[in-house]
Amino acid sequence: MASIDTGGGDSHKKGPGVKKAKKLSTRVDMTPMVDLGFLLITFFIFTTTMSTPSTMDLFMPKDTDKDEEQNKAKESGAMTIILGKDNAVYYYMGQLLPDASNFTPSSFGKIREEIIKKRKEVMAAHVHDEGCKKIWEKNGGDQKSCLDKDFVVVIKPTPDATYKNTVDILDEMAINGVKRFAMVDLFPDELKVVQTTEGTLPSAAPATAAPAK
Amino acid sequence: MPSVKMPRKSTDTDMTPFVDVAFLILSFFMLATKFKPPEPVEITTPNSVSTKLLPENDAILVILDSTGKAYFSMLTEKEPGLKYNVIKNMNDTRQLGLTEAEMKNFTRTPMVGVSFGGLKQLLSLAPEDQGKKKWPGIPIQDSANNELYYWIRDAVQAFAGKKINYLIKGDNAAKFPQFKEVLNAFKRNDIYKFQLVTAIEDAPAGTELYAERQKQMQAGKK
Repeated sequence: MASIDTGGGDSHKKGPGVKKAKKLSTRVDMTPMVDLGFLLITFFIFTTTMSTPSTMDLFMPKDTDKDEEQNKAKESGAMTIILGKDNAVYYYMGQLLPDASNFTPSSFGKIREEIIKKRKEVMAAHVHDEGCKKIWEKNGGDQKSCLDKDFVVVIKPTPDATYKNTVDILDEMAINGVKRFAMVDLFPDELKVVQTTEGTLPSAAPATAAPAK
Repeated sequence: MPSVKMPRKSTDTDMTPFVDVAFLILSFFMLATKFKPPEPVEITTPNSVSTKLLPENDAILVILDSTGKAYFSMLTEKEPGLKYNVIKNMNDTRQLGLTEAEMKNFTRTPMVGVSFGGLKQLLSLAPEDQGKKKWPGIPIQDSANNELYYWIRDAVQAFAGKKINYLIKGDNAAKFPQFKEVLNAFKRNDIYKFQLVTAIEDAPAGTELYAERQKQMQAGKK
């Protein structure tokens, strides 16, 4: 290590009156420097944000009142998911029956199974038709790519649903490979059903019955 | 027989390699750290399986906090002039009575969380001090007076011709109606493609997406 020679050395004797300069050690105490070094390390470790945020794409349709511009969904392949208060999830298949008997409570943990189940049902019941050719062309002739074309998930968040719920359910679409889904406003009669359910049942109601057809 | 004298070892250990390593780590962290821009509101974003990275430039960012307040922000690090154009235009059309200094101040303002009426108050503060105060948020509740719409419109004009990313950064606890109003503000500007800012999460095992990603990984290895 580089050091400055401070010692005068006692090679030549000085007179008796001359005081001998004390020999100073050339070693520097490194402890404070190390202390400071580690302090800074801890500071930087804590301030560093290693996880970079990602983004999720969301495409919304244009609002239109014209009937012919609106997307139609086959009733047999439609599944409606309603997001309620306190992370509650409800769903029904096809159209909501007047007596709301097919309105089923579920939860974020269980809705995935329902989506997968419904998707399989739709794929099993699929019959090739004219519309399939376009999809095949797009996917390089993959005959399977048309199977779930009738499967449409309609997401309807209630005013009590949080942003997290919305993102979670959109995520669920990505996880399960649902290609056709839409975020739609709640109908008043649906809201009524949700509210009566929430008023009587505990919010995190478990999925009970199999989906009514 | 003379006993073998063990050389006395110094109790001092040489700290030099230790210090070397410490400072190496220190320099790594100093270089790797990227300080977050000051954010007046704390946002906990939801997780998603999406792996797309957040664009850092040329983006319009709308922040929705846990109480449903909306904030508007433009990410224009490369061209602060764009932000100046926006505020200049806004000042001229709405007679906000901002001074030149206040408009300059806007280019360094991290985000706007006030109605047009409160802009003067916001911009009279230095950007560092703006975060210390609580702001009421941009009025979005009333669709007839959705000021976010005008902000987005003016920002899009300022960006003219560039590819802009529309980011929405919402807090977990934000309610859906406010989120819908934010979407409406975009939709009224004929913008239908958004990117929601989320934290990365792995795809759950055994699902469709998981299988697809595994396939991609294997294809990548081959």
